[in-house]
Amino acid sequence: MTFLRTHRTMATVIASVLAYVVIKLLSILPLVNGEPLLNAYYIQLIILVGINIVMTVSLGMVNGFTGQFSIGHAGFMAVGAYTSAMITTVWLHTSTANPWVGYPVFIVAILAGGLLAAAAGYLVGAPSLRLKGDYLAIVTLSANELIRTVIRVTDALGGPRGLGGIPKFTTLEVVFVFAIVSVVLMRNYLFSSHGRSMKAIRDSEIAAESTGINTTRQKVFVFVFSAFFAGVSGGVFAHLLQFIHPDNFSFVKSLEYLIYLYVGGSTSISGAIVGPAIFTLLPELLRGLESWRMVIYPLILILTMIFRTEGIMGLKEFSFILIPQRQRKEVSV
Amino acid sequence: MGQFLQQLINGIQIGSIYALIALGYTMVYGIVRLINFAHADIFMFGAYMGFFLAPVMAKVFGGAFIPTIIAAMLITGLLGFVMEKLAYRPLRYKSRLSALITALGVSIFLENFCAMPFVFGPTFRAFPDLIVAKNIPIPGNLGLSVSNVLLLDIGVSVILMVLLFWFVNKTLIGKQMRAVAFDKPTASLMGINIDVVISTAFIVGPALAGAGGILYGTTYGMLASPFLGIWPGLKAFIAAVLGGIGNIPGAVLGAYIMGISEAFATSVNSNLGYGIAFAILIGILLIRPSGLLGKFMPEKV
Amino acid sequence: MRRLFAIILVCALIAGVGVGCKAKTGVVNLGGIFCMTGGSATFGTSSKNGATMAVEEFNTAGGAMVGGVKTTINYINEDDAGSPEVGASAAQKLINQDKVIGIIGAVMSKVSLAVAPIAQAAGVPEISPTSTNATVTLVGDYIFRACFIDPFQGTVMANYVYNTLKLKTAAVLYDNGNDYNKGLAEFFKAGFEKNGGKVVAYEAFTDEDKTVDYKAQLTKIKATNPEFLYLPNYYGSAALILKQAREMGLNVPAGGGDGWDSPDLVKIGGAAVEGGVFSNHFSKDDKSPKVQDFVAKYTTKYGEAPDALAALAYDAAGLFLDAFKTAGSIKGSDIRDAMKKTTFVGISGAYKFDENRDPIKSAVIIKIVNGQQTYVATVNP
Repeated sequence: MTFLRTHRTMATVIASVLAYVVIKLLSILPLVNGEPLLNAYYIQLIILVGINIVMTVSLGMVNGFTGQFSIGHAGFMAVGAYTSAMITTVWLHTSTANPWVGYPVFIVAILAGGLLAAAAGYLVGAPSLRLKGDYLAIVTLSANELIRTVIRVTDALGGPRGLGGIPKFTTLEVVFVFAIVSVVLMRNYLFSSHGRSMKAIRDSEIAAESTGINTTRQKVFVFVFSAFFAGVSGGVFAHLLQFIHPDNFSFVKSLEYLIYLYVGGSTSISGAIVGPAIFTLLPELLRGLESWRMVIYPLILILTMIFRTEGIMGLKEFSFILIPQRQRKEVSV
Repeated sequence: MGQFLQQLINGIQIGSIYALIALGYTMVYGIVRLINFAHADIFMFGAYMGFFLAPVMAKVFGGAFIPTIIAAMLITGLLGFVMEKLAYRPLRYKSRLSALITALGVSIFLENFCAMPFVFGPTFRAFPDLIVAKNIPIPGNLGLSVSNVLLLDIGVSVILMVLLFWFVNKTLIGKQMRAVAFDKPTASLMGINIDVVISTAFIVGPALAGAGGILYGTTYGMLASPFLGIWPGLKAFIAAVLGGIGNIPGAVLGAYIMGISEAFATSVNSNLGYGIAFAILIGILLIRPSGLLGKFMPEKV
Repeated sequence: MRRLFAIILVCALIAGVGVGCKAKTGVVNLGGIFCMTGGSATFGTSSKNGATMAVEEFNTAGGAMVGGVKTTINYINEDDAGSPEVGASAAQKLINQDKVIGIIGAVMSKVSLAVAPIAQAAGVPEISPTSTNATVTLVGDYIFRACFIDPFQGTVMANYVYNTLKLKTAAVLYDNGNDYNKGLAEFFKAGFEKNGGKVVAYEAFTDEDKTVDYKAQLTKIKATNPEFLYLPNYYGSAALILKQAREMGLNVPAGGGDGWDSPDLVKIGGAAVEGGVFSNHFSKDDKSPKVQDFVAKYTTKYGEAPDALAALAYDAAGLFLDAFKTAGSIKGSDIRDAMKKTTFVGISGAYKFDENRDPIKSAVIIKIVNGQQTYVATVNP
């Protein structure tokens, strides 16, 4: 146990692998009337949860830990989704039939999508992160809609017809690896000296600046970093749905991620995991209510916010996310 | 030239409706620093009130427009008041962003609740003709024309805006509102009842949005669905930020700029028009980060 | 200990959800995916009504014989909220949870395109009543549709306007955010120009469920003096555009596609839509007892006249159930094969699928006269 306490990255990985094994077993073992407990429907939802977790954690880097207010995250997701889909589907015509060729191309494609999203993030962030507070919100929101408009009128990207025929590379395994790597990377970044400057900026930008932190540079870097993960998530998302449409990435989608983040707890990675997990599944669990579904869902949201203002997790973290104790001692000395 | 002026007129018309919505956003933001996403749905609610009330009002009062707009304003004002009491007040001294997410929740709730078949329903509704539309050609050989609906839109917006300026600048409660917007803790130390001020902002803003809803219905003659508020609301919100959020003349200016730039961008390239309007806004904000009329507030350490 | 308890609780919860619907003898599930919430809910509601009616009639008529057992249908309607993502989840649920034998839906092509790969992979036939995007059925051989596709409809109107109405210049105003509108606009333009006509203005707007002000585009269109206004949009925005056009003094004849077919077109547009012509799948004027019967029954049941969406959903469900009856099997491949060979006669005419599983059907031209839809002509493909 001491090992796990001092090597939290390992702990995170082990926790996730355990979760994976449980889910995988439940999706294979014929437990209920000769059929597995988790059928393809549940697996698809779990995959969506995984993608939404990465989106939310990356949004939390900007909104929760750096104290900025970005509300156009789906725009970067769109950049990543379209870039990767263009590479795998339109240019290279890959398919899942030959995984030895398919998966390397897929990985390169989603990384390329991430990089292009990061570039878009730089274009949006570099000029606007000089501004404070809600102006960033408007710029990101406008950028989101601008990206969508451009996709919509570009026939090479499918325009309003969308882009279909995308091979289904995203499986449960892919999403697990993707979510674990992304969350661990972001978590480790947060616990580095960069992470501390981010929190300093959040708590007081002026104080942070006076201690020698280049606040604008730090903010832009985090923003670009976060856009990168949004882009990669977009790629994974496109290869799950096998069809993407500009309307998938409207600002309404961005607002969904804001909900996931603040409901879970914006200044907690665990919160950014719990929030999307609950609020991705909730509308599906409410399916039986038919049109009442979308009436009950916001009510639950409002009540959660009123009774758990800091989000479900508040400032708490799961133990496998926390700072390694080894490092904690160094800090306290 | 003729087309240019006609587009200007088109822009002013849509700008007038944006302005009435933008005022509510800016008032609420100025006082509680909350982007009230549900404001767009109050606008929608106002429009639907017009749909349901107009026939009744026409029977009771003979004329429909003025009684309908007043009734709709009263109802949306009440809705705003109740909304603040139930959803936002419990969060007042907590994180600003949790209130924002609550506002999103209220917005989704209002939209979907109103879309239930036994409330407003999801179907298209033909808005009753509160006035008979007539086209008035402008003398000259440019081929310009304005409709009486357009004059009504501009007239009603201007009257309501003037009333609002008077209210904010001359009345006691208006002055208190400005004091609270400027510095909440100090204002409360001076004996201003913050609760009353906030409630007032949540009554006046929604009432204006309600009036905007009636104008919207009268102008376009159709209510598509209870989701109709989202886009005018979004644009009005951007207009409010553009003008300098929290600043009342700024919201009006921003709304007209939004409406006019949208009309011109569309006439240049209707495919990209929607996006161009956003690009213009990004541009303006980069040059003037605090909005056109917003004051730059040096941060105190 | 508490953690262990929590884990057990979660497992129990999942198990609770998993158990449930076990098909009773003689009843099988049929799924429907329509937009029941969100801005397009009105289209979803019409479609659901049409599909429900077809299922009820099928059950009343005695259902189908499957392996000697009389089998009726339990219709399960799911919401896609107009979003491809939600539609995909709905499809997964219907196929894996409810074990449906087929899916009717979705309204919008963008949702159908997200549903189709799932249905195809699972071998469950899907028939979309109204998704006109040509690529929908190309996803695979389990995917069908009940409507004609954009190229046909756009061309029909182009020919009608040029050859019959003898108008030589036209302006197009369409929603560029929607493949249906864009497809119709493109094929109208191509067809009209091929005939020798001239499209003097080709303007777009964004998202018809969000746009209400078309004056900027109309101002531009008016300056080009077109003889005809082609508005391939749904009835709401078509009516609004025409109202604003008339208000501006643009009084030329106008037309559109099957999206115009709704009693609301006249309710909203009033005098502005008078004289409008549009292509459609069927005419309510049609004296055939089948159509009259459907219109009457639908109107009694739901309190409003059916629109094109309701009629096509009724046909799509009817066609599927007819194939199910012929196949006498709940196997997807059997039903698919029966659907391919269908000779079903629906409200919108006789069905026959081409090699892409798109129906070969005739279109009718309808004109608004005194606020009533009036049959003008039938155009064969």
